[in-house]
Amino acid sequence: MPLLRAEGVTVAFGGRRALDSVSLTAEAGRVTGLIGPNGAGKSTLFDVVSGLRRPRTGRVRLDGRDITREGPARRARRGMSRTFQHLELFGRLSVRDNLLVAAELGPGRRHAARTADAVLDRLGLTALAEDPADALPTGVARLVEVGRALVLRPRVLLLDEPAAGQDAEETERFAALLRSLAADGTAVLLVEHDMSLVMSVCDEVYVLDLGHVVACGPPALIQRDETVLAAYLGEA
Amino acid sequence: MSLLELAGVRAAYNGITVLHGVDLSVAAGQVVALLGPNGAGKTTVLKVASGVHPPSGGRLLLGGRDATGIRPGDLARAGVCLVPEGRGVFPNLSVRDNLLMMTFTGRTREEIEESAYARFPVLGRRRTQHAGTLSGGEQQMLALARGLATDPAVLLLDELSMGLAPLVVAELYERVAGIARQGVAVLVVEQFATAVLKIADHAAVLVRGRVQWQGHPDSSLHAELSSYYLGSAT
Amino acid sequence: MDQFLAFTVVGLSTAAIYAVIGSGLVLTHTTAGVFNFAHGAAGMLAAFAYWQLAVGWRWPVPLALAAVLLVLAPAFGLLVERVLMRPVQALGEAERLVMTVALLTGCIALARWVWDPNTARPLTPFFADRPALRLGPAAVTWHQAVTTAVAVAVAAGLWFLLHRTRAGTEMRACVDDRALAGLTGADPLRAGRLAWVLGIQLAAVGGILIAPAVALDAQQLSLLIVSAYTAAVFGRLRSLPFTFLGAVVVGLLEAYLAGYLPQNDYLPGLRLAAPALLLLLALLAFPHRRLRGRDRRLVPVPLPGRRGALILAAAIPGLALVLVTVLAEDSLVPYGTVFALGVVALSYVPLAGFAGQVSLCQMSIAGIGAVVWGHLGAHGEPWALPAAVLVAAAVGALVAVPALRLSGIYLALGTTAFAVILDRWIFTLPAFDVLGVRIALFDQGSVTVTGPDLFGLHLTSPAQLLLLAAVCLGLASLGVVALRRGRFGRRLIALRDSEAAYATLGGRLLGAKVAVFALSAGIAGLGGALYGMQLQTVTADQFNLVAGLPLFLIAVIAGLGSVGAGLFTGVAFVVPTQLLGELGTWAQDLSALLIALAGMGLAHSPSGVITRLRAEWAPPARDRLLLGAAGVVLAGCWLLAALDAVNGWLLLAVALVAATAPRIRAAARRQGTVETPPEWWGVRRPWRPEDGEVLSRATAAG
Repeated sequence: MPLLRAEGVTVAFGGRRALDSVSLTAEAGRVTGLIGPNGAGKSTLFDVVSGLRRPRTGRVRLDGRDITREGPARRARRGMSRTFQHLELFGRLSVRDNLLVAAELGPGRRHAARTADAVLDRLGLTALAEDPADALPTGVARLVEVGRALVLRPRVLLLDEPAAGQDAEETERFAALLRSLAADGTAVLLVEHDMSLVMSVCDEVYVLDLGHVVACGPPALIQRDETVLAAYLGEA
Repeated sequence: MSLLELAGVRAAYNGITVLHGVDLSVAAGQVVALLGPNGAGKTTVLKVASGVHPPSGGRLLLGGRDATGIRPGDLARAGVCLVPEGRGVFPNLSVRDNLLMMTFTGRTREEIEESAYARFPVLGRRRTQHAGTLSGGEQQMLALARGLATDPAVLLLDELSMGLAPLVVAELYERVAGIARQGVAVLVVEQFATAVLKIADHAAVLVRGRVQWQGHPDSSLHAELSSYYLGSAT
Repeated sequence: MDQFLAFTVVGLSTAAIYAVIGSGLVLTHTTAGVFNFAHGAAGMLAAFAYWQLAVGWRWPVPLALAAVLLVLAPAFGLLVERVLMRPVQALGEAERLVMTVALLTGCIALARWVWDPNTARPLTPFFADRPALRLGPAAVTWHQAVTTAVAVAVAAGLWFLLHRTRAGTEMRACVDDRALAGLTGADPLRAGRLAWVLGIQLAAVGGILIAPAVALDAQQLSLLIVSAYTAAVFGRLRSLPFTFLGAVVVGLLEAYLAGYLPQNDYLPGLRLAAPALLLLLALLAFPHRRLRGRDRRLVPVPLPGRRGALILAAAIPGLALVLVTVLAEDSLVPYGTVFALGVVALSYVPLAGFAGQVSLCQMSIAGIGAVVWGHLGAHGEPWALPAAVLVAAAVGALVAVPALRLSGIYLALGTTAFAVILDRWIFTLPAFDVLGVRIALFDQGSVTVTGPDLFGLHLTSPAQLLLLAAVCLGLASLGVVALRRGRFGRRLIALRDSEAAYATLGGRLLGAKVAVFALSAGIAGLGGALYGMQLQTVTADQFNLVAGLPLFLIAVIAGLGSVGAGLFTGVAFVVPTQLLGELGTWAQDLSALLIALAGMGLAHSPSGVITRLRAEWAPPARDRLLLGAAGVVLAGCWLLAALDAVNGWLLLAVALVAATAPRIRAAARRQGTVETPPEWWGVRRPWRPEDGEVLSRATAAG
């Protein structure tokens, strides 16, 4: 049974359907990619899955349990955490305090400081621990958001463009991190525009276009799929 | 001779370089399509060309003369017009008032309205409506009409197709082709390539701040784009 | 029926005034992006200026009107825009709000300073000598007719300006999309200036029209504006037609309440508080879009060290000891309020400084703390003090409920409305019973407050109470430091920076917000109780909205994120007033004006004076010798003053010099070292042993 399952999710802004009956699954121990051109509805789907937006119709299931009506905090305590495309760091706090806030809310709250420091160390952020979060360059800030999400020891991790603003070497290191997370049994859902990253780490890729899933499958197939290219280039 | 030329343009935000030496030129009457995946730096190219973002290196040439570092207002008066992404219109102003805002060019309200309605008759029928209540395609036409009211020599278009149905996009680009035929140099930034390539005379693909491919749009471009967008070939 | 018509006529003519004032408010809010709390105060100043010209100097009425509306009001608008608003344009919404609060305080102080509040200044209505017009069964005075006509003319004029002229279209374009408007030749600055000029002119028209109906009183006129706020909120601060509609609703409601509300002890206050109640309801009923854009520059919340906190906590009782030994008995009471008001000001730190919730009703909550203590602790029962704190905290939790829906200026407006409801209605009530519990507030007059019994001592003398307040402030400051360093403080700041991220990490918004409102209200309640003890009797006026504003202002100047803001505010609020007060009564208003002026200097150090002082004092504090010398001089001064040996003013001057000397010296020394470039080392300043190494390292690295 897949760990996370979205079934027939529909979201409308005014008359426009941002998501139209979208279904998707993410399994433990695998990295699931979610790609598509701008405005395809990827971030909206993340909002629905993480509980920040109620869908008009459709369900979200975690471990088979229907969590559609639960709020974001409840879902976080069930083991879900996420990052944001438009950074949502706690800018007035230091990097370490950003992680500490999460640690004190998460399963590791008994040893919050240790939990936070361990994640800082794993991401190589220890040297920046006392820097104010709003002074970081974008690439590092995104990594701090990933770290803040990891502190919760999530079973489902939603990453919204985590590698934007990173250089090739940083991206390579990040790919290794994603693989090791999956190896630990986390279900990772990844929205990313860097195709080489998506194609190298994902076990399965969903392609979203104008609120529809237009293709899904292993990366090698997706790369050769004509409908996917059409989605990116505009319909012929 | 090219009307607009970028020579080795580099640009950075907060010390992070996003353009690593871009060369690009647009001649009068020509449509050049600038394509590429998200985050490649396409919009930054337009910001440099319109003077909104000063380049950190390289030169911007207008009609062969150095125009690097000229303020956006002065570039606009020199005939460079940017139609920004997301429809450059005032949603709570009527179509007429949107056009009225263009009288700073020195042309009268009547002149501007007349030429706009002649080119886009649908705007004439909606002249008292708020721009926010127009359809996406009509808003884009209004944005174009506002741009054309400046009587530009160079027209810079950013993601004209954003959120529009394919048929509407095709129609808009037909209008753009018509504008170019009157001698305007047009530089179009697009993520969705198909529609613009039907009218483009020249195409360039920008990836991670570098022009990776440049030439006449033909079948080889399709394979190139596939590799840049989906990373299949390397 | 005739009576109903008469009330309707009165209501509509009041509505006309609210509409004129409210539309000015909407205009400045939408075009210049500033919600002007001082809008009513500008109208008040215009009314006073008009009185001065037309009555005081006997200018002909048309000339006086022209001078006020066409010269003074536009000049004032331009001045405000240029001097106050433009420097804080790049800062956040909160800073712009503080500017207008400073302006409000400043206007009231200025009016009281120039026009002695104890002199009556009657203004006659326009065309008072003509008989009233008959409209069927209703009588309409000429003043009412003129008022209505002005409102109609304003509505028509604004419509024409905004929809038929290029300047007006530019203003609307700037509201829609400031950046795009800039690209199309519109000048957002020019549009903003025009909005300020028009806004202040409309406020002036409203002020002059309403002044004959009410007394020419600075505070009352400035706060009449609450009704105009309500009208503007009906228009969601952006729609002029709905603002006019809102004005009609408020005007009629006030008139009918005045006419039909039964006469008893409980309800007259409700009539006065009705616009504020309506404002609160309107704020909660309509969804509010914040103005676009986040704060562009985040002002960091300083993390206090343990050592600094202990020094602060020890310095507060230390200062109290000095005051007790130096001051004469009769000046102990006013100086004693330093610490009590410091506690009230400290309550802003967790709420506004950490959590970013701007509440303007902390002084009102302090009032609740004072009366609860006054009644329950009438014989000094020690348990009554925690009870006062708890009741205040409960009221704070109540305020938190609307705060869940409101933020930014809307929260400031909501808490203003709450404070006005307390001032005009709740605090004026006689004792009443709720569920069998007798609740007494200010007993329609004053409440006697005594000191507590602590450890078998009944604290009553001003000196004892001063020390008690100082110990409380010290402990409360330590508590707030612990809060900032601990889990809850981190959560509050996290919540402020991103509610979405906080929620998706599993944090509960409701709990945290209610907790911080209750906590800070509890601190304010404690401060109120201590303040009451100092004053011995308290009245509702001491805790009203306007009394609380200067405290808020000084706390902002000090830096809401700094724990030292409590002590700083207490000292800066009380001491200058007392010192200037010795020069004469006219100086009282001058000190209020000074506070407002200081608030207007906010743009220069947005993170607060305390942060700046800390940075400036860090180097001299490391110089043990100098610090020791200054300490000895200060101790000497204290000794001489305690023995009453030398003139107080002279000692104060010596003490000030001794206290600032280390900083000046350190600053001079810093200047000497930093400026010399390496090629002049050994020439403009002596060669130092370490210079060689520095140079060789620099060349190796290059």
